[in-house]
Amino acid sequence: MSRVRWLGVEVGATALIVALLWLWADGNESYAVAPLSDVLSSFRETWLFAHVGSDVVPSLVRMGLGYAIAIVAGVAIGFALGLSPVLAAVAAPVVSFLRAIPAAALLPPAIILFGIGGGTKVAVIAFVCLWPIVLNTSDGVRELDSTMLATARVYGIRGLERLRMVMLPAVAPRIFAGMRTSLAIAILLLVTSEMVASTDGIGYFVFQAQQQFAVDDMWAGVLLLGLLGFGLNMAFGAVERRVLRWHVRDGAD
Amino acid sequence: MLEVVGLSKSYRSGAKVTHAIERLDFAVEEHEFVGIVGPSGAGKTTLLKCIAGLLEPTSGQTLLRGAVVTAPPPELAVVFQDYSRSLFPWLTVRRNVELPLRHKGVADKGAAASEALAAVGLAGFESHYPWQLSGGMQQRVAIARALAYQPKVLLMDEPFASVDAQTRAELEDLVLRVREQFGVTIVLVTHDIDEAVYMSDRVVVLSRPPSTVREILPVELPLPRDQIETKALPAFASLRARVYEEIMQGQAKAPAA
Repeated sequence: MSRVRWLGVEVGATALIVALLWLWADGNESYAVAPLSDVLSSFRETWLFAHVGSDVVPSLVRMGLGYAIAIVAGVAIGFALGLSPVLAAVAAPVVSFLRAIPAAALLPPAIILFGIGGGTKVAVIAFVCLWPIVLNTSDGVRELDSTMLATARVYGIRGLERLRMVMLPAVAPRIFAGMRTSLAIAILLLVTSEMVASTDGIGYFVFQAQQQFAVDDMWAGVLLLGLLGFGLNMAFGAVERRVLRWHVRDGAD
Repeated sequence: MLEVVGLSKSYRSGAKVTHAIERLDFAVEEHEFVGIVGPSGAGKTTLLKCIAGLLEPTSGQTLLRGAVVTAPPPELAVVFQDYSRSLFPWLTVRRNVELPLRHKGVADKGAAASEALAAVGLAGFESHYPWQLSGGMQQRVAIARALAYQPKVLLMDEPFASVDAQTRAELEDLVLRVREQFGVTIVLVTHDIDEAVYMSDRVVVLSRPPSTVREILPVELPLPRDQIETKALPAFASLRARVYEEIMQGQAKAPAA
C-alpha cells in the first residue's frame, strides 16, 4: 500500500477510537470518568494557553535542562570509559549499582539534598537519563572499527579532529539509541518529580486536580502529557533522521 | 626509497608465540611497483602494517628515505581491502578525499581532490556519499583519497579482493595509469599471482609462516601492460608458473600438520 493509504488508515482508526471513547465516556456514570467534551473544554481553558506560562514552560525547561546535561555528560563519560579499559574496569561496579537504583527512589534523598526547587528535578532527570547514554556511548567507542581507526592514523587525523570528524560520527548511532531511551525516562521522571516535589508544572497540575476531584482537569492534564510525549518522540525522530541520514539509509523507506 | 631490514613480527597469545614474518629483507626503488605474494596465511598484511608504521615490528625496521618508520609517515598512504570500513560514510566523496589534506599543507585542497577524483574517473560524483556508489567506485574513492594525499609511497593491501573480476581488471589498469600520472612508488600485497605479475616491476614471493623472502623476481614485461596482450605473452606465462612454483615449494617446506 502507498504511504497515503497507510496515513488514511491511521487517521481513520484514530477517529474511530476517539468516537468510541466519546460514546463510552458520555454514557458512564462513574465520577472518575469525565465526558470527553468536558475534558476537551477543560483542555482548551487550561492549556490554550492559560497555564502554558505557569506550568508547561517550567516543565519543559526542567526536562530540557536535565536531558541536555545528561547528553553532554553521558557522551563525555561514555568516551572516557570506552577509550580506557582501566577506567571502565574501575567504574563498572559503580555504574552497575547507580543505574540499578529505581529512578523514583532518588527523589526523597534529592529533596533533602536540594529542597523542592527546580534544581532537584533537573538533577534527578539528568542523573537518571545519564546511564543509557553512558553505556551506549562507551559500547560504541569500544566497537569502533579497526580499519577505520587505521585509516585515520595513516592520514594523520588525530587529536580533536579525530574525535570530531571520525569517532563522534561513528558512535553517533549508538549515542542516539541511548538518547531515545533517556527521552522516555526524562518524561517519566519529570511527571513523577513534579507530583512529589513541586509547586508548579504539568505533573503538579494533574496531581492537584486529582486531590481536588477536578476530574475534567485531571484528564486534560493526562491528555496534554500524552500529546507532549508523542510530539517529543516525533521531533526526536526527525532530528535523528537528519543527523544520521548516512546511517538510516537501509531501514528507511 | 623504501628499505625493509631484518623485519620480524611475532604475536603472543598466552604462552603461545606465533611468528608471522621472520627476518625479511628487500628494498623498493623510487617509482618502482613491487608486488608481494605468498600462500594464504603468510604474513602479507602484517608486513604491510609494519611498513606503514601501524604495527611495531618485534625486531628489524623499515626505512623510508633513510628514516626509520615508527608511526605512519606523511609521505605514505594506504589503500585498504575493505573500502566500506575505510571510507567515512558520513562524509561525501569530496570531503572523504579532502579530510586528510587539512594538515598536510596542501595549498589548494579543492583542486587536489578534484584532480585525484578526475584521475580515477569519478568527476561528477563529488557530492555523492560512498554508500550510494558501487563497490568498485568506492574503492576508486579510496584510491583518489590516497593520491590526493600526494604520497611518495602508496601501500595497497589486497585492494581488489572485494570487487568482481571485470571491475578488478579495470582497477588494475587504473592504478597502473595513475602510477605514471602521480609518480608514486607502489607496494601491492595480493594473493593473486596473475595480478602481481601483471602489475609489478618486481615480485617478492613470501614463504608460508614464519614467512621469509623466498625469491625476488624481476618482471621484464613490456610497458604499458595490457590485460589481453600482456597476459598472452609467453614470458607472462613462464613468470606466472615460476611464482606459482615458488609458492608451492614454500608451502611444502614445512611438513603439513
